[in-house]
Amino acid sequence: MGIVVTAILVLLGLALIFGAILGYAAIRFKVEGDPIVDQINAVLPQTQCGQCGHPGCKPYAEGIANGGEPINKCPPGGEATIQALADLLDVEPLPLDAEHGEEKPRMVAYIREAECIGCTKCIQACPVDAILGAAKQMHTVIVDECTGCDLCVEPCPVDCIDMLPLPTTPQNWKWDYPLPGKTLIATDAQRGAA
Amino acid sequence: MALVRMTSPHARGNNRTQTIMLWVVAATLPGVLAMTWFFGFGTLINIILASVVTLGVEALILRLRKRPVSFFVTDGSALVTAWLLALALPPLSPWWLVVIAASFAIVFGKQLYGGLGQNPFNPAMLGYAVVLISFPVEMTSWAAWRGIEQSIPDVSATLGLLDALRQVFGFSAQAIDGWAHATPLDILKTNSGLTINELATSQPVFGTLGGNIWEWINLAYLAGGLLLIYKRIVSWHAPLGMLAALAIMSLLFWGGSGSDSNGSPMFHLFSGATMLGAFFIVTDPVSCATSKLGRIVFGAGVGVLVYVIRAWGGYPDAVAFAVLLMNLTAPTIDYYTTPRTYGHRKAERGMGKVD
Amino acid sequence: MTQATPIKIWDIPGGIHPPENKHQSTANGLEVAPLPARLILPLQQHIGARAEPVVSVGDRVLKGQLLAEANGLVSCPLHAPTSGTVSAIGPAPYPHASGLEEWAITLESDGQDEWTDLEPISDFRALESAPLLEMIRLAGISGLGGAGFPTAVKINARPEQKIHSLIINGTECEPYITADDTAMRYKATEIVAGIEILRHILHPEEVLVGIEDNKSEAIAAMREAVGERDIRIVPFPTKYPSGGEKQLIQILTGKEVPSGGLPADIGMVCQNIGTLLAIHDAIILGQPLIKRITTLTGEALTHPTNVEALIGTPIRDLLEFAGLQPDRLYRLVMGGPMMGFTLQSMDAPVIKTSNCLLAGTLEELPPPPVAQPCIRCGLCSEACPAMLLPQQLHWFALGKEYDQLKRLNLFDCIECGCCSYVCPSSIPLVQYYRASKSEIRALELQQHKAEHSKQRFEQRQQRLQREAEQKEADRKARADKAARMKAAKEAGTASPDTPAPAEPDVARVTAQKPAGLNAEQKQLKIAAATAQMALKKAQKQVAANPDNAELKAQVPVLEQAWREAQQRFDASLGEASVKATPAPSAGADDETKRLKIEAAMLRASLKKAERAAGDTPTEEQEKEIYALREQVAVAEARLPKETAAKKPVDENLKKAKLDAAMAKAALKKAERAQADNMDDPALQEEVERCRDILTEALHTLEQAEANTSQPVPERERVDKKPIDEATRQRKTELAMAKAAYKKAEQSFKQAQEANADTGAAQAELDRTKEALNTAAKALAEHMASKETD
Repeated sequence: MGIVVTAILVLLGLALIFGAILGYAAIRFKVEGDPIVDQINAVLPQTQCGQCGHPGCKPYAEGIANGGEPINKCPPGGEATIQALADLLDVEPLPLDAEHGEEKPRMVAYIREAECIGCTKCIQACPVDAILGAAKQMHTVIVDECTGCDLCVEPCPVDCIDMLPLPTTPQNWKWDYPLPGKTLIATDAQRGAA
Repeated sequence: MALVRMTSPHARGNNRTQTIMLWVVAATLPGVLAMTWFFGFGTLINIILASVVTLGVEALILRLRKRPVSFFVTDGSALVTAWLLALALPPLSPWWLVVIAASFAIVFGKQLYGGLGQNPFNPAMLGYAVVLISFPVEMTSWAAWRGIEQSIPDVSATLGLLDALRQVFGFSAQAIDGWAHATPLDILKTNSGLTINELATSQPVFGTLGGNIWEWINLAYLAGGLLLIYKRIVSWHAPLGMLAALAIMSLLFWGGSGSDSNGSPMFHLFSGATMLGAFFIVTDPVSCATSKLGRIVFGAGVGVLVYVIRAWGGYPDAVAFAVLLMNLTAPTIDYYTTPRTYGHRKAERGMGKVD
Repeated sequence: MTQATPIKIWDIPGGIHPPENKHQSTANGLEVAPLPARLILPLQQHIGARAEPVVSVGDRVLKGQLLAEANGLVSCPLHAPTSGTVSAIGPAPYPHASGLEEWAITLESDGQDEWTDLEPISDFRALESAPLLEMIRLAGISGLGGAGFPTAVKINARPEQKIHSLIINGTECEPYITADDTAMRYKATEIVAGIEILRHILHPEEVLVGIEDNKSEAIAAMREAVGERDIRIVPFPTKYPSGGEKQLIQILTGKEVPSGGLPADIGMVCQNIGTLLAIHDAIILGQPLIKRITTLTGEALTHPTNVEALIGTPIRDLLEFAGLQPDRLYRLVMGGPMMGFTLQSMDAPVIKTSNCLLAGTLEELPPPPVAQPCIRCGLCSEACPAMLLPQQLHWFALGKEYDQLKRLNLFDCIECGCCSYVCPSSIPLVQYYRASKSEIRALELQQHKAEHSKQRFEQRQQRLQREAEQKEADRKARADKAARMKAAKEAGTASPDTPAPAEPDVARVTAQKPAGLNAEQKQLKIAAATAQMALKKAQKQVAANPDNAELKAQVPVLEQAWREAQQRFDASLGEASVKATPAPSAGADDETKRLKIEAAMLRASLKKAERAAGDTPTEEQEKEIYALREQVAVAEARLPKETAAKKPVDENLKKAKLDAAMAKAALKKAERAQADNMDDPALQEEVERCRDILTEALHTLEQAEANTSQPVPERERVDKKPIDEATRQRKTELAMAKAAYKKAEQSFKQAQEANADTGAAQAELDRTKEALNTAAKALAEHMASKETD
């Protein structure tokens, strides 16, 4: 009987001691600053396109951090962003959720200016103020500021906005990776690309 | 006119993987000759058997993995594995031992990791270690050497081709005692009562440097290895690291010439598979460390482990285990031995993670 | 020679010894390429910003005349290499690995080669550094060795840093290339003059000319030209890539250029032989950079040589000059075999950085064998002059692990190609590094852009929030004011006889309320408000009891009373404002607004009455409606002209557009749904229905557009099935006919209501109906004929 009591007491004591240590550590080593939302937001492509169903990148970041949103809802970021998020959050990367769109090459909005009626609807829709114009005036897109979110396409009453891929010039042209040699078969190539 | 688009450089040297592999094979020839001279046809049978098995298994696995078979089989890497394994195995080993070791080396040591260039372990040593652990008796029964009958009349070396074949394929009724003999490392390991001098006189296997015949075999491998270094097929870093570490270790823990002696540095350098390991096993580029400094560290690690296992471990020789253990550490060594890049004050070392 | 102490030659790590292949092109000396008929002058021949053209198509230019000026500090002007006419400015073939085109000025040579006025400097020593640098800048000189960094910028890269060593790069370590070798052999005097100019600008403590020891003629010629000057010619053992700027500095001084830095950071400037020649021409002769020495070599040429070629000369011209055998040509390389890039077209021109054209045959530059797996043999790291670990870089490049690549200093790779050259597995290592580098750069750019977008987004959000807050604050302020006023009124002037306005439109009241109303005005205002209330009440009652004729009769009377009261009040207000202050424009706006609201209210009552009357209006109702209509007309007439005329129409137009857009969206949706389920008849129907709605909406839109005074925007409706011209024509006709019919109908009704003679109206109605039917038929027939197509 005495042994049992001793054992219980010892275990209780240990529990108290370790609990105290853990409690102290939780206070002493509390991680401050750079909350996870900002880190997630930094990974997102900031197109503010809303394809994820959130009104912008930051809300999606908050959704991931606090609301347990899946990390595969960002088509503009594509595989790279999913991978980065998976690394950041230490979760398994998921394939892109096709429901929210497909990964496309980076696009830029172009307004066919002859057809623009100057309704300013696209200006109001643009999340980064990349469209210049005024009521009854032709609008034009500041190409360098456009994130290619295509939020301006839908509101246009006369369908004069096109999403076009950025043209390749000698300045932004990139060398391709060498074609896989005989080392790789089809399945490996896919894995390598992922 | 269709002009091609290609990346620079447009000129390239005539160095090929096959060439490198064939040079490695060629450099083993002095050692092969020495072993054949001392042990008879057993070594050659080993080589042929291992080559056939490795090439066959390699082709089979490549086919299963849907890779181009001839492209990879002809790169010569399987052949090198076969030769090194065959030279490491005792001559006159039973055929199934060679088959098991060779298949294991290719299937588990190489192809399962993705084939050439992907294997973390030296395939030949992996095959060797597996049979060493599984079949200790066969693996420690080295064939008696030419001239053994002069000192030990009951034992005679099997020098003829037919006898050797019979021995290997199991048609010989001769007991192991009749044709096999322990290696000097074995004898030294199991020795408890005799001083080194007494050992040397009672056991004819001991020679002036290491073992009687072993010193010749090691010298032959040394010659082949120097040729490889001269031809710049392998770098000098790993062999030097290993031999230096082994020499230093055996010097530190020599223990004189009494019965508890661990053997002289010369004995260790010229016994067992030291030179074969230093120039042909440790230098396997795939499973070795990458940078020059890394290779020295890798070689030194192998040298230390070889001595530790020989002196205090459970096995008489240790090149295989030492190499495999160091293979494990090679990536880490790589992370910490990155050379300093041009224009940088110091080298970027460590894991490169900022956590 | 006054070389007191021999220069210590340092060794570089790594390096290779490829076959030199230099003798082929040195046999024929230095030749002058024939004047080409057309020159293509890309605006981007240097590192930095694209030059800005200062000529236009059709201009005649003289040799040496400025064609494009530098655009910013790190940029380079461009000059006419010969006299002629500018025939085009736009994308043209460009020597680049991508094979893409680049903006260029195309110049048709007139064959006269007529110089513009030049201003040579006879004694450059009389000038300071700054004007000399400016001359170099204006001469459009950028590094002729390969990178093409604007020379003036390079010389003055670190103005605060004292330059103690001027290093002249005569190494030319790449196989095949002999342009600098030839320059040194035949133009040593000019080169030394160029060195003297640089020396005068920089005042270095030492000048070292590094030349590989395989160019003995060049070394001898340079030694002779240097004579007793304090310029050291340093021959050193041949090894590739000792001609790299960083490598040459290491060989001659043993020092390393810090990673990411410039030679100027360690007090050195390195210049290429060709650049020195250009500097000489620019200062001593006053000629801008319009020509360069280029090596033409390779086994596909029968006459490999070195030529002095005008910048912009098409490559085809030069290769033909060197005896090109087109059928033997396999790989055309600009630059050397180690670092050059392949060209896919011979139309591209020679530019300032083109030191060599290598026309290789299949046997000479065979395609590399299929790459084998890396066996980590380490030959590449032994060959790497930057002491990198190429095999590790390759490994991480395969896995696209960019962080690891950066950690292993991928960006210190000079892409010399030694690793690829020695690789026994013939892995295209350099291509992996290039692809990874551009990928990393693109990612960084993207990251940068994302950050930028985030900022813009956040700023926008803040702005929107500010605006919303401002609006809210304004609204609150207005409400407060109204409440205060109401309280004041209740406290001060409340009398049991005067019914207080129950719920006046707060905004309107505040907007309308002038700063201070005198008693009379107040009185008037109250009267007007009371009248208005009474009118409203009456209208409400009429709406509730459409059958009560008495009530209805009251409405116009009340209306009249209210209007009079209001007018009186307005008049007094107008007097007051005229008297007190010049009428504020806001007041005028407010007035318009008020009028508009009135009109809108009247319109609403009219509509209400019309609705109440339904299809078979009683006599009273008709009368009432008529009266209301009258009032509406009056109210609208009182509106300022343009708003009255335009606004309602615009509203219609807008609504029509919106309807059309919505109908279009609905149709698209339906079509999409149908595309998924081809056989579903319900969906088919739905699509048809949507299509009809859309057609209808488009009609309305067209009609609205026809009615509006606004210019119809020019546009083409982009639709799944674009309406062809004929259909559109017919549809427009139909819409117009419909409009005409409706109008006729209206006048007919009015005539009926007015009990006037309906004969004329009836005739008009019939006529328009006929026209409408014809138009509809025409459209239907047209559509049918289209369907059968």
